[in-house]
Amino acid sequence: MTREEAFALLNKSFGEKIQSKTEFRDETTYTIAAGDLREIAEFSRDELSFDYLLDITSIDNFGEEPRFEIVHELYSMPHAAHLRLKLRISEDVGEVDTVSDIWPTANWHEREIYDMMGIKFKGHPDLRRILMWDGYPFFPLRKDFPLEGLPSEMPDVAFTKVTSMEGGPFVTRPSTATAKDREPRARPPQL
Amino acid sequence: MPETHPTAYDSKIEGNVIFTRFDAALNWVRKNSLWPMPMGLACCAIELMATAASRFDIARFGAEVMRFSPRQCDVMIVAGTVTYKMALAVKRIYEQMPEPKWVIAMGACASTGGMYRSYAVLQGIDQLLPVDVYISGCPPRPEALLAGLMKLQEKISRERSFAKQKPELVERLEEALS
Repeated sequence: MTREEAFALLNKSFGEKIQSKTEFRDETTYTIAAGDLREIAEFSRDELSFDYLLDITSIDNFGEEPRFEIVHELYSMPHAAHLRLKLRISEDVGEVDTVSDIWPTANWHEREIYDMMGIKFKGHPDLRRILMWDGYPFFPLRKDFPLEGLPSEMPDVAFTKVTSMEGGPFVTRPSTATAKDREPRARPPQL
Repeated sequence: MPETHPTAYDSKIEGNVIFTRFDAALNWVRKNSLWPMPMGLACCAIELMATAASRFDIARFGAEVMRFSPRQCDVMIVAGTVTYKMALAVKRIYEQMPEPKWVIAMGACASTGGMYRSYAVLQGIDQLLPVDVYISGCPPRPEALLAGLMKLQEKISRERSFAKQKPELVERLEEALS
């Protein structure tokens, strides 16, 4: 089976379940519904030999509905092809099926998404925070979480304080100007 | 350093007797045998290792005995970014060190949080521990760490160690002498 045949088979098998398909620089992106994830993931691994899960990431489209977007980056060693599966879930649902039994590497990726974005994974064997400590009350990569952080306190475990931004964040703007003009400066977010 | 080594010198008894203040002798012993606690948390720890290795050789300043047990350490070298997750662990290790003890904040992160103006990073270890010497740099060169160590040695040599350690005894002695 070639790369083109694999995508054709995916189209044929899940015709109406694929919401959209985009091609960009040999990377194919499928938008699917959250409920169809496991079915399509298993099919992609077993029938289309997308045997390698590169990454799972999440996007917070704050202010839009549905708010969260989850992106599965698949790679096929035999076809040397990328496949990207995107799905969106609303904040009220806040839960999506795990793929950690399909690709074991998903285990820690899903824990990181849970830690940073607060999205739960149904069926995950060990859904604990991975970077912050158990009991930290916030999800820091959400758009409504301030850059300088929020105060928290867990006696004998950890605490956090609000960071002084000193007029920051300090941002560099890409340009061909001299280093003096390019160097990081305090630029308030509204500018 | 005439102030810290007020020795009386007599050529007739050279090599046998030295007159000095007890503090000066005690501090001289302490400052030339600092056993560091290598609190390596980020890239500064790589420079700390380089400082200990042959090219820079921290042994020239008597601080080569890196101990991985806080019970045997004199100076904690906080080398790297202190995250909030790590902060209380650093504090606990500091508290396990026996007195007298000193702290070197090595690099921008340990001193102020550095470039991490972030929800996850403690903005300077001096919010938890009493820091004696701050070293700038990101990361500092090994020479900078050695310079910081020498600054700490200077500071130690000026301390009133005996009075600090045995205040009651000093008081009784002063009463008896007056």
